[in-house]
Amino acid sequence: MTDDLYREVILDHYKNPRGHGVIDDADAHAEGLNPLCGDEVNIYVQFAEDGETIDDVKFSGRGCAISQASTSMLMEMVKGRKANEIAELPKEELLDEVGIPLTPIRLKCALLGLGVLKVALHRAKGTPLPEEWAGLDELELK
Amino acid sequence: MDARKLRADFPIFEEKIHGKPLAYLDSAASSQKPRQVLDAIREFYETSYANVHRGVYTLSERATAGYEGARETLRRFVNAPSAREVIFTRSATESINLVAYAWGLDNLGPGDLVVVTELEHHSNFVPWQYIAKRTGAEFRMLPIDDNGELQLDDLDELVGDGRVKVVATNLVSNSLGTINPVQKLSAWVHERGGIMVVDAAQGAPHHRVDVQALECDFLAFSSHKLCGPSGVGALWGRGELLEEMSPFNLGGHMIRQVRFEETTWGELPYKFEAGTQPIAEAVGFGAAVDYVSAAGLEAIEEYESELAAVALERLDEIGGVTTYGPPPERRAGIVSFNVEGIHPHDVAQVLDSEGVAIRAGHHCCQPLMTRLGVVATNRASFYLYTVPEEIDRLIEGVHKVKRILG
Repeated sequence: MTDDLYREVILDHYKNPRGHGVIDDADAHAEGLNPLCGDEVNIYVQFAEDGETIDDVKFSGRGCAISQASTSMLMEMVKGRKANEIAELPKEELLDEVGIPLTPIRLKCALLGLGVLKVALHRAKGTPLPEEWAGLDELELK
Repeated sequence: MDARKLRADFPIFEEKIHGKPLAYLDSAASSQKPRQVLDAIREFYETSYANVHRGVYTLSERATAGYEGARETLRRFVNAPSAREVIFTRSATESINLVAYAWGLDNLGPGDLVVVTELEHHSNFVPWQYIAKRTGAEFRMLPIDDNGELQLDDLDELVGDGRVKVVATNLVSNSLGTINPVQKLSAWVHERGGIMVVDAAQGAPHHRVDVQALECDFLAFSSHKLCGPSGVGALWGRGELLEEMSPFNLGGHMIRQVRFEETTWGELPYKFEAGTQPIAEAVGFGAAVDYVSAAGLEAIEEYESELAAVALERLDEIGGVTTYGPPPERRAGIVSFNVEGIHPHDVAQVLDSEGVAIRAGHHCCQPLMTRLGVVATNRASFYLYTVPEEIDRLIEGVHKVKRILG
């Protein structure tokens, strides 16, 4: 089971995360917290001139291999796509890419980055925020 | 104490996890249950169950005898002067909330100080932080040193000439295993006219508790960490304080007389036991106390301390592993550690694949994690059924973690 979980591609993204860093003066930004383990993730987005296309996206924070790898994969997945498209990105698309069996508790690790990205887009562009992510938004506003 | 013999009393160890025998190193979160406790609960339901008190029929009398018998067992266990000072609750958390609300709301106000320690579980931190805020009292935290031990020398400076009304501490830290000097704290707070509240959820299962020797005013503990069922805890409180306090939960059982104009409260301990209590769970709690007492608290503590010493030594031998907390002679059977560069969730996940159950996270101690400069730790914890092979498997597992993720 562990061998499935920590398969090569996960370890690769974990050890060499794509898009790890900070964008100064980002057009969109949000920070999220996984209350189960205290992990934090920050996501920064910069839009292209059309104001819609994600030109650059980065993440910072610390977390387990699953959360770091899935957020790294997410960065590759969303670059060059439009904000409203990503706002409606089904979580299955990311989970398929992650491609490992996850227990409910680890699912939260894998989806933290996606939730935080949706919150960032919601704040910057007013894109809809599905109910399941609303808690992340409130969490930070407190 | 023969851990191997005791272990045979616990049916859970017949379970296989991922095809491997279970190495259960998470007793600090909750303990496993011996057949003797499970049988006591089943037998009570099968032969003696009814609602307690007030029933005039035989079965209700039998149930009441079981429930009150458990209360007397708990009284002896913590050496309380009287069983009327022993209150059944849902959990140690509820016990602390009872004190924070029922005592705190009426006794705290602006200018008063509430002191907790940096080692507290959120259960003995958040209620005091909240009640202090509600009453306008000041909330302060007694720091620890780098060994995870309370800095008692800082106490006087921490409070200055402020009016200390309550000091709340755990007896044993659930994160680091530190055994706290409750007697000294009691003496200190009493000298200043305040009260001492002890969270013994982690202490009572592993360490002899004597409320009279500790000289505390309230002591909270629970069943589930002590080989008993979940859903029941207890609070011991000094009789004269409990008498003066308003009730916490209101409803049936806790009244003397109810009139439209006014209701008067029942006697201790019933004033604090509104509604139908966890009756069979209380009986199971009593059976668990009997089980643990038969093994002997001193023997349990000594055995766990030996296990902790071995685990600490072997973890420290592994490169890149940091252990936290005091030396083994001053700690309970709890070992917190981190593997450099590897998140505790990943450590715990890999260990799980080997059938080794440990806890990974902040252990409901975020202020302590902040002090240690970490987000989370791994924690292995031991009990009277832990065998040395489980520590061998922990160590092998940590090596595997490093092979995969290092």
